[in-house]
Amino acid sequence: MKISLSINGTSYDADVEPRLLLVHLIRDVIGLTGTHIGCETSICGACTVMINGKTAKSCCVLAAQADGAEITTIEGMAQDGQLHPVQEAFWEKHGLQCGYCTPGMIMAVCGLMKDNPNPTDDQIRHGIEGNLCRCTGYQNIVEAVKYSAEKLNAQK
Amino acid sequence: MSFLAKYIGQKVKRTEDPRLVKGIGHYVDDIKLADTLHVVILRSQYAHAKIVSINTDAAKSSPGVVAVYTGADVAGKVGFVPCAAALSGLNVPKYPVLADGKVAFVGQPIAAVVATDKYKARDAADLIEVDYDPLDVVTDAEASAQSDSPVIHEEFGTNVAFTHQAGTGDVDAAFAAADKIVKEKLNHQRLAPISMEPRGVLAHYLPGEEQMTLWSSTQIPHLMRTQVAIMLGMAENRLRVITPEVGGGFGCKLNVYSEEALIGWIAIQLGKPVKWIESRRENFQATIHGRAQVGVCEVAVKNDGTLLGLRYNVTADLGAYLQLLTPAIPTLTGLMLSGCYKIPAIQMNCVGVFTNKMSTDAYRGAGRPEATYLVERMMDCVARELKMDPVELRRKNMPKPSEFPFPTATGLFYDSGDYEKALDKALAMADYKKLRAEQAEARKQGRLIGIGVSTYVEICAMGPSIALPAGGWESATVRVEPTGKVTVLTGVSPHGQGEETAFAQIIGDMLGIDMNDVLVIHGDTSIVQYGIGTFGSRGLAVGGAALVKAAEKVVAKAKTLAAHLLQTDEASLSFEEGRFVGAPNDKSVSIQEVALAAYIPHNVPEDFEPGLTATHFFEPKNFTFPSGTHICVSEVDRETGDVKILRYIAVDDCGNQINPLIVQGQVHGGIAQGMAQALFEEVVYDENGQLLTGELMDYAVPKAHQLPHFDLDHTVTPTDVNPLGAKGVGEAGTIGSTPATANSVIDALAPFNVSHVDLPLRPEKLWKLMNN
Repeated sequence: MKISLSINGTSYDADVEPRLLLVHLIRDVIGLTGTHIGCETSICGACTVMINGKTAKSCCVLAAQADGAEITTIEGMAQDGQLHPVQEAFWEKHGLQCGYCTPGMIMAVCGLMKDNPNPTDDQIRHGIEGNLCRCTGYQNIVEAVKYSAEKLNAQK
Repeated sequence: MSFLAKYIGQKVKRTEDPRLVKGIGHYVDDIKLADTLHVVILRSQYAHAKIVSINTDAAKSSPGVVAVYTGADVAGKVGFVPCAAALSGLNVPKYPVLADGKVAFVGQPIAAVVATDKYKARDAADLIEVDYDPLDVVTDAEASAQSDSPVIHEEFGTNVAFTHQAGTGDVDAAFAAADKIVKEKLNHQRLAPISMEPRGVLAHYLPGEEQMTLWSSTQIPHLMRTQVAIMLGMAENRLRVITPEVGGGFGCKLNVYSEEALIGWIAIQLGKPVKWIESRRENFQATIHGRAQVGVCEVAVKNDGTLLGLRYNVTADLGAYLQLLTPAIPTLTGLMLSGCYKIPAIQMNCVGVFTNKMSTDAYRGAGRPEATYLVERMMDCVARELKMDPVELRRKNMPKPSEFPFPTATGLFYDSGDYEKALDKALAMADYKKLRAEQAEARKQGRLIGIGVSTYVEICAMGPSIALPAGGWESATVRVEPTGKVTVLTGVSPHGQGEETAFAQIIGDMLGIDMNDVLVIHGDTSIVQYGIGTFGSRGLAVGGAALVKAAEKVVAKAKTLAAHLLQTDEASLSFEEGRFVGAPNDKSVSIQEVALAAYIPHNVPEDFEPGLTATHFFEPKNFTFPSGTHICVSEVDRETGDVKILRYIAVDDCGNQINPLIVQGQVHGGIAQGMAQALFEEVVYDENGQLLTGELMDYAVPKAHQLPHFDLDHTVTPTDVNPLGAKGVGEAGTIGSTPATANSVIDALAPFNVSHVDLPLRPEKLWKLMNN
């Protein structure tokens, strides 16, 4: 079936099988491989993207369901060569090690900050519970979220 | 060796991170080659069965399918999955890359379907009909060792793969002289490593050149090249293994699996790129598990707390086949049974048995967490028996700093240590006396507060070659390019540890250059000289040591040329902040200028070898022995059995720290995994050998809100085993945190007269204990 959608501001038309997962469309058809796959059961969150401004796990969305949607992936976060404040914060606070969960985690954090620009430690930990990280023990991710909250609030 | 400290010892942000936070790094599945074919592997649904027949006709005619292979196709053409561990009398079963008439665990590969896309390959795999004849199953390790158990590998007539004894000293005399003998049965549950990136292989064979490139998510590119070349009957130098970004390993990628050789072989057959990416379900079924020991530990002790002896009779659950290091893991446990204590007599009697499950092998810590958990759990049991404070019992038996190198009854020499220093620091951070008073008060109010301590020592920087099956050295090349930029080729293969940064820091300081002028290349066997890889907390302590030695050679060669250029003698020159100084008239020359002169050798000494590059293969003279103290304070909910971690304190000593930011991150992640073992995680098979924890929905990898904040500090006791004085820190957190957490929760249950509970300490288990 034919679908049209926008990814990181670029329009794409694709002819897809109805069963094609959105994450496979993004990775294999469009070729944006920053969105990772860690489980295909919606648990790990490595495939988290923004669909129409809300976070979603793209391994559990059909490409067909995204017809007409505006999607943002990790590749759409940095602007004009400048890291997004959340990306900057993960770097600054050593919020990543192997980097595999990182794109999904950053997208989830962006979603969290939209809803709650000044989250507490506890709110951060619950806010990212849909994203697994096996390397960091989450502590520096929490630090990165707090740091990015400062940065984002300072921009306002 | 002296170092500038512009970079070394500083919290330098990682150079790896910009590409990773942008999502533009390349993991195996991110590498897209034109015309790539995709493989889906059909795996056994039975834990133990004969394969009567396999019908692939429908699969072969399914749309998009290019080929379907079974065990009959690869028999005699692809070698068996290798086991590198050498134990005397070891029974090594033949482990074909596709099952040959029999399967012995759920998830064992049976057939490979190759198609033009992965959806079509999956469709076709579902069309394969396998006629199984189920056999009796054994999943319990202790039952497997019994004579009435079903035998998994008939050729051996037994499920016992090996027996292994370790330790020295007169254990019988120690137990005869004891005032008390404290005995406990402990189960060290089976765990799944769960790197967030599952495994994956991409192979591309060029028939004209007779060369193959194999991209693999692995920790050991060179060892994999050697093993896969052997399995394929290929010349090693015609196989190039590349490890692109690797999304975590934790030991599970310190292996050679069926799939690397299988995908390589298929690529040779079909002449096109062939890719296989492991699903999470496959990752649970067919990527190695860790731990899985069950045994009885006895400790002989005097009434004053002096430890006399320790005996551990243990059964190690190996799974159905032997992977690369499967039998070696319990032997590491045997080495570390002295913990950080003076125990004059130690004996381990280990039986390694086959079960109808996935193989166990190295998972973060690999045999040492088992030892530390055992020793530290027993220390609490002994303290309870003697009515001593568990801290004082530990302190009483620790060797003093002056006693190092400290010989253990397990045959090791601990390089250096100051165990009481870290202990005292952690106790001060926790305000231990006040904590105990608060605990007593809380108990009066019916609150179940527990305080758990673990003082650990681990064996790292693997290691001297004599102790490792494939050698334990590491290699580095330092190449100063004509323009003064420096390329480092390292034999280690980092997968999240940050050695690109740490190694650039070292070269930045040693050569007195901007660390951003350093490029660290790893994980490509056609570019990098042979190396051993990243595991056993060896990347910095062995790989970094090789780097230092190579850089020293470069500086020495540059000095010869600098003396020539400055028309002075070498002895008068010193190398300071990137310049050779000390020549007459204050003349000096930079390392970059020397490099250019070395590549354009118009003005060089007689017999000068052009270029400015050096390689060093570093052989460590010993392991290193990092140590530390962890303290966990927890509360058990009387109504629900839920555990809340109130405080977690860790004081670790990994020797000199090159990058404290990275050290901190390693400790955080390690504690999280060890705590997860204590509280949440367990691989569960049912009595039929079906894997019940086969997805992340069923296997409890902790989420952010399930873990506490960790308070860290450190002490620094350098090692003389390597020129960096660094001991390694990759596994410390995992090793220290499981017993600290377990001891804390079990201490909380003291009012219920509980002396031991097997892990994981899940709410329902604790609730049942409290409600008997």
